[in-house]
Amino acid sequence: MTTLTPVLSDLWDAPRSWKLEAYQDAGGYQALRTALSMETADLVTMVKDSGLRGRGGAGFPTGLKWSFLPPPDGGPRYLVVNADESEPGTCKDVPLMMANPHVLLEGVIITSMAIGCHRAFIYIRGEVVHVYRRLLAAVEEARAAGFLGENILGSGYDLEVVVHAGAGAYICGEETALLDSLEGRRGQPRLKPPFPAVAGLYSRPTVVNNVETIASVPLIVANGADWFNHMGTERSKGHGLFSLSGHVAKPGQYEAPLGITFRELLDMAGGIRDGHRLKFWTPGGSSTPILTDEHLDLVLDYESVGAAGSMLGTRALQVFDETTSVVRCVSRWNDFYQHESCGKCTPCREGTYWMKEILHRLEAGKGTEGDIDLLLDVADNIDGRSFCALGDASAQPVKSGIAYFREEFEQGLHTPAWELFPYEANALYSGVAS
Amino acid sequence: MTTPPSRPGSAVHDARAARHSYSAEVLERLSADAEQILAKYPEARSALLPLLHLVQSEDGYVSPAGIAFCADVLDLSRASVSAVATFYSQYKRHPNGEYTVGVCTNTLCAVMGGDAIFDRLSDHLGVGHDETTDDGKITLERLECNAACDYAPVMMINWEFFDNQTPGSAVETVEKLLAGEPVKPTRGADSVATFKEVSRVLAGFDDGRADEGEAAGPATLVGLELARKNDWRAPAGRTEQAAEHEAGTEPVGDTGSSAERKPQAPADTSPSGPTAGDDSDAKGSGKEGSA
Repeated sequence: MTTLTPVLSDLWDAPRSWKLEAYQDAGGYQALRTALSMETADLVTMVKDSGLRGRGGAGFPTGLKWSFLPPPDGGPRYLVVNADESEPGTCKDVPLMMANPHVLLEGVIITSMAIGCHRAFIYIRGEVVHVYRRLLAAVEEARAAGFLGENILGSGYDLEVVVHAGAGAYICGEETALLDSLEGRRGQPRLKPPFPAVAGLYSRPTVVNNVETIASVPLIVANGADWFNHMGTERSKGHGLFSLSGHVAKPGQYEAPLGITFRELLDMAGGIRDGHRLKFWTPGGSSTPILTDEHLDLVLDYESVGAAGSMLGTRALQVFDETTSVVRCVSRWNDFYQHESCGKCTPCREGTYWMKEILHRLEAGKGTEGDIDLLLDVADNIDGRSFCALGDASAQPVKSGIAYFREEFEQGLHTPAWELFPYEANALYSGVAS
Repeated sequence: MTTPPSRPGSAVHDARAARHSYSAEVLERLSADAEQILAKYPEARSALLPLLHLVQSEDGYVSPAGIAFCADVLDLSRASVSAVATFYSQYKRHPNGEYTVGVCTNTLCAVMGGDAIFDRLSDHLGVGHDETTDDGKITLERLECNAACDYAPVMMINWEFFDNQTPGSAVETVEKLLAGEPVKPTRGADSVATFKEVSRVLAGFDDGRADEGEAAGPATLVGLELARKNDWRAPAGRTEQAAEHEAGTEPVGDTGSSAERKPQAPADTSPSGPTAGDDSDAKGSGKEGSA
């Protein structure tokens, strides 16, 4: 049996855990002292050796990403933390920053030092104002303690951290769109190559990493690469936050080694709500193809979830029971992609619009002959043909939904989804009265 | 909707409310703020998003005057600034209510009750998506996922969390807002600030309220509590190992006790104890689970 491994979440139940004092009492900023005594190349090697892979969904090896920066040329280099957590189902970075902003900040300082950056940015979505307050306050606390600013802890190393609030756009979670947004433009993705490592923010070498990725760095530095890579599976190392939501008895954050199974997590979350059974779930947000009760024993690491035809993504496990209409869910996810499509490329902009027309018909029981094949055809014309991953993502709920539950889409030719699956049966109110 | 609510976006409303210029005093104050914002960025244009939040904090929306101000500060055309302002959903094109009440109607929240909550609020307030009550108090919105799915269904008021809502609890909260009473988020500051005040925070001006509220809500802590209850831990790291090692070097036992026994068998010197046990528990367990 796999057990939970609270690392990033370990401080969350401490009194006023967001304060510098609480973080330091738990050993915080010791890793920074260790890092200041190390060669920067050794820091990069250490993170490479740990096996840490990007926690924002793509799973790219973090140390390798850092090592792609060209040799220093005397000009600026940037670290940009992607704190634009917006992928439907994903809810790990926001509580992490709310409860312990300093672990992120310590990671930012160590990473900046490792890549030779003197001005780092944390790009946080604008729709979580209290989390933004906590980050702003943490930066001020860290500066007053000498962990930020000029000559950090007498090391001669200087760093400024800017916390930047976005303004509501899912696409800004895509790293190049994020950079355009941070440059004060519409958040639209850039053509790659050049990758941000070569020409990122202000066309300078830039590392863009997710919050949880950067927050994992201090503990790797403190405990060593081996400590980290002894957790997890062969190619998916370390611990990660698994976020369970939906029709489970105890939704929430569960920090476990990668490689825990869905069944183990579901058991920890008290199983499906009373009197109901699992129907379908997403392993890592709405952009990862849905899975079903056939996949209960799936090992949640990058390789195994990939082999099952989906993606580990952000470990956002949205769980739906048998009362839920797949057509309704797929239709609503597509509404999201259509709403958030930046409009830059035709397959995504037009494709999500036409899929919306068809899915709304099917949900209302007014589908026409051939709609399902048409839907699949449109999805295929987006998937792999759009400018960035948003378009590809929009095709996933549609394709996987039809693959596992085609008969429900066929019923959409004559019966509304709300008659097949009365929507009032889905709601789960934990409050007193509705 | 049978009775059309006042549409702040309508021409009539715009003619009444649209602000096209700032007084010298306001301009001076905004310019001083803008200078602080610009100082954070190596290239001026990066200040545009915070500047748009700033003008919203002045006017309650991105007014023509606000667009002109940003354009002048950054030496951009008004069209360039408008192009950016229209891209992001938090920038309002018409005067916003004092409180934005947003209900997440993305899939998971919708299924868990978000659709029903939105419908109830819409009926109760007599406004639809992106519409404002006649008294200018509340703008109702459908929201996309706000990163709190473990608290579904979620409502946001001026970007503060109201977790685990029901149609009834949501109506109760908006009734308080309409009556001018303060409301408290389930996770966040002690009370919800106004739309203009929150916009100023998002422009980068700390309002000194970071220490209000809790560190985490119940769902955030559910896994940690389970781990504590079962004494599940991550493998011991260097720091803890060092502490244990130090503890082990203290003289223990009386003369002639087992503490003085010399190692005799390989088992006497091989690692054991809780540290190694924890370690082997955690690592590879996923692989075993898959077998």
